[in-house]
Amino acid sequence: MRFDSKPSLLLKASAVAGLMFLHLPVLLIFLYAFTTEDKSYEFPPPGYTVKWFAATWNRPDVWQALGLSLKVAAASTAIAIILGTLCAGAMSRARFFGRETISLLVILPIALPGIITGISLRSAFNIAEIPFSTLTIILGHATFCIVVVYNNAIARFRRISSSLFEASADLGASGFQTFRHVLLPNLGTALLAGGMLAFALSFDEVIVTTFTAGQQQTLPIWMLEELVRPRQRPVTNVVAMVVVLVTLLPILGAYYLTRDGEREDADDGRKSGNRNA
Amino acid sequence: MAAAVEFDNVTRRFGEIAAVDGIDLSIDEGVFFAMLGPSGSGKTTCLRLISGFEQPTEGHVRIFGANSERIPPNARPVNTVFQDYALFPHLSVRDNIAFGPMVRGVSKRNRYAEASRALDMVALTGFDLRSPRQLSGGQRQRVALARALVNKPRVLLLDEPLGALDLRLREQMQDELKALQKSLGITFIFVTHDQGEALSMSDRLAVVNRGKIVQVGTPEEIYSRPKSKFVADFVGASNVLSPELSARSGGAAAWSSLRPEFVRISRGGHANLSGKIRAVKYLGATRRVTVDVGGAEITALVEANSPLPSPDSPVGLSWSPEALHAMESE
Amino acid sequence: MKAAPGLPAAQASALARLSDAFWRHPRIFVALLLLLPLSWLGVVYIGSLSALLLQSFFSIDEFSGLVQYEFTLKTYRELLTPSNFDIILRTFLMACAVTVAASIIAFPIALFAAKYARGRLKALFYLGAMLPLWSSYLVKIYAWKLILAKEGIINWVVEALGLKFLLELILSTPVIGGNSLSVSYIGTFIVLLYVWLPFMILPVQAALERVPRNVLEATADLGASRGQALRHVVLPLALPGIVAGSIFTFSLTLGDYIVPQIIGSSRRFIGQAVYAHQGTAGNIPLAAAFAVVPILIMAVYLWLAKRRGAFDAL
Repeated sequence: MRFDSKPSLLLKASAVAGLMFLHLPVLLIFLYAFTTEDKSYEFPPPGYTVKWFAATWNRPDVWQALGLSLKVAAASTAIAIILGTLCAGAMSRARFFGRETISLLVILPIALPGIITGISLRSAFNIAEIPFSTLTIILGHATFCIVVVYNNAIARFRRISSSLFEASADLGASGFQTFRHVLLPNLGTALLAGGMLAFALSFDEVIVTTFTAGQQQTLPIWMLEELVRPRQRPVTNVVAMVVVLVTLLPILGAYYLTRDGEREDADDGRKSGNRNA
Repeated sequence: MAAAVEFDNVTRRFGEIAAVDGIDLSIDEGVFFAMLGPSGSGKTTCLRLISGFEQPTEGHVRIFGANSERIPPNARPVNTVFQDYALFPHLSVRDNIAFGPMVRGVSKRNRYAEASRALDMVALTGFDLRSPRQLSGGQRQRVALARALVNKPRVLLLDEPLGALDLRLREQMQDELKALQKSLGITFIFVTHDQGEALSMSDRLAVVNRGKIVQVGTPEEIYSRPKSKFVADFVGASNVLSPELSARSGGAAAWSSLRPEFVRISRGGHANLSGKIRAVKYLGATRRVTVDVGGAEITALVEANSPLPSPDSPVGLSWSPEALHAMESE
Repeated sequence: MKAAPGLPAAQASALARLSDAFWRHPRIFVALLLLLPLSWLGVVYIGSLSALLLQSFFSIDEFSGLVQYEFTLKTYRELLTPSNFDIILRTFLMACAVTVAASIIAFPIALFAAKYARGRLKALFYLGAMLPLWSSYLVKIYAWKLILAKEGIINWVVEALGLKFLLELILSTPVIGGNSLSVSYIGTFIVLLYVWLPFMILPVQAALERVPRNVLEATADLGASRGQALRHVVLPLALPGIVAGSIFTFSLTLGDYIVPQIIGSSRRFIGQAVYAHQGTAGNIPLAAAFAVVPILIMAVYLWLAKRRGAFDAL
């Protein structure tokens, strides 16, 4: 028997069942967005309509929340890209003291439960007497978005052969010229992918946001209110469906960007620079 | 002649390990210089000390008489052909070659013209717009060469540049590199672990082992008068005779080397040593004959069409007195 | 500094001189790179965490309801009162259950995706695991609110199949049962599992991806049956991935307060306790002490995981 001949039926079935478990529930929301029932979650829907889309379109509170979410996500992604790249750049260089501590520090904001990040930030803002505002939301989001960009950047750094930077210096490029002409073009797609994921993460973050927001409502906070006290089920259904579709785009984009990077490497057939020294 | 590169008691340590251990070396301008050694011997580190990617822990590396320690790699008058070529994957062949001129501020028009000329030189005319990914190993190697040479370096460093090529291509590139060096007249420093490559291409070569230079000389000197057993072994399949065996065969009581092609096989008569044929291996134009001389083996290279005694028959081995070379150390 | 021969003229520019300085002092360069991100994470994040930690050593005056800024372990003692300790134990057990279940469900998906699927199918599986990882947390919970509702799809299916008695039997089980799925521990468990499962799949898949095929073939070649190969070769090789994934499922479950608030019984989890104490109750010291519990559990867990080499699989 060869191990790799064929997966057993059991393995195949449980893999497919697992994937279905992951995806079917979310697809159900799409169905509910068209239901005529607006007082309960009745299944199967008694009838279908598209009127809730128009109703949602005319809701200023939804637009406001969406606007704030986009603004926060854009700002925290920008901060995360800068800080994450700097960090990855330093870590990709020669070993130095405290390396492990730094990588732990970067991972900590997502390794620890979000509620801890949230409550620490909240009490710190209180102590520092910083009023809760859009800025405090961004501050919180950027903190846990750094790691996403960092992970993407460092994975790419590892794949870029260090001899490329040496070749650049060897050909007369200063450190800044190497950064501009060699590092950025090679790192670009990884940063873009990291940025997209950071955007998606920030766009629907709710746990930290509940602690760092004042009166402002981001879209997830708006949804959370609806979840706790359902008042306008049909609108919530439509918003949920839109959120699924909106976050799908950056995730797919990030996937295609990083996948291309991997394929380039495979095509390159670059043998690992086996230095004798 | 002026020295292009000098190593003045240079040591480079990585933690406890000395990759380069107290090397003194002077490489003249305009020569094709090879550094030969097994992997891990420190020869690549020597190259990186010249290009500036490593700094000496002790000692000085001088480039055209100037101490190099404070000069960053991008300001050194040397260029490198990297082992993995290190072509920029995001740039076309033309932009790869024009990279050096670009960072020096040469206009686009001029640097592309330079790139085209460099491509002509390495026989890749018309490859300007290709991506490095579309090239074969040999072509990438030529692009790497053109990219380095377009900067008109005074010293070109080549780090095992032919290692990834197949045998035929390698031999062709050896000839081309040698011809290129002759016509440009600049110093080539060539790192390799292939003794054939080192011997056939270089004007001078250094044999490196465990961070130390064990012998420097012309290929002829290294080949026929190795200083030590290591050099004799590494440079070519040489016979190494122990002091007892050397004395028994009429030489000095010292470790000695004896080239297989200098050994003649006869049926009795006067001989330096006598023994029995153990094995015969055909190598095309020649045959390699292994003879047991009582506790040790001597190999001889003989022409394929010369008559040979049958295996296990007693034979005499003889050579001219200057063929047996007494070495300085084991 | 001696002038280098053949020095390009452009070298004189300030930027180039700075670049040279960085080359000569690589440590300063690395320090400069790290300055901004580390001051952000070090000041904003670690500063906040320590501030929180500090507050857990204060206490609240029972009569005035004001925080007393004096060092005391009183708040931590409060954690050990039966009702509070129940919260901790309940959360810990739930995190264990979710982690175990997630690794069981994730393993076949990861194994199939890493070692059997090819080409398009592989991409499909990879995306299939990655999409839910990043997609909206609240939407996922919302989907389950729809599913578990009394008038929702689960009850509809159960009734259509005539299995209502089975569901009622399950719901009548003490402790884990309840009036309906959406107010029982079973419901909380399902939703937590659903929400955090993707965090298990990808690390396990990455770990299996790194097992060379010929290791598996050699195992079969040596006469191992499928079961033996699975137990003695594949599982041990997947273990670092499972441990890495469990760091996420465990930690995320420990701190979740939204899922148990929306789907589950009225009995609290750590996250809800933290939320309640810092909010309406205004008892920041006790909220902080509660928050320290998952940090401690995770610290022990990470230390154990590190010894197993799980970080290489991250």
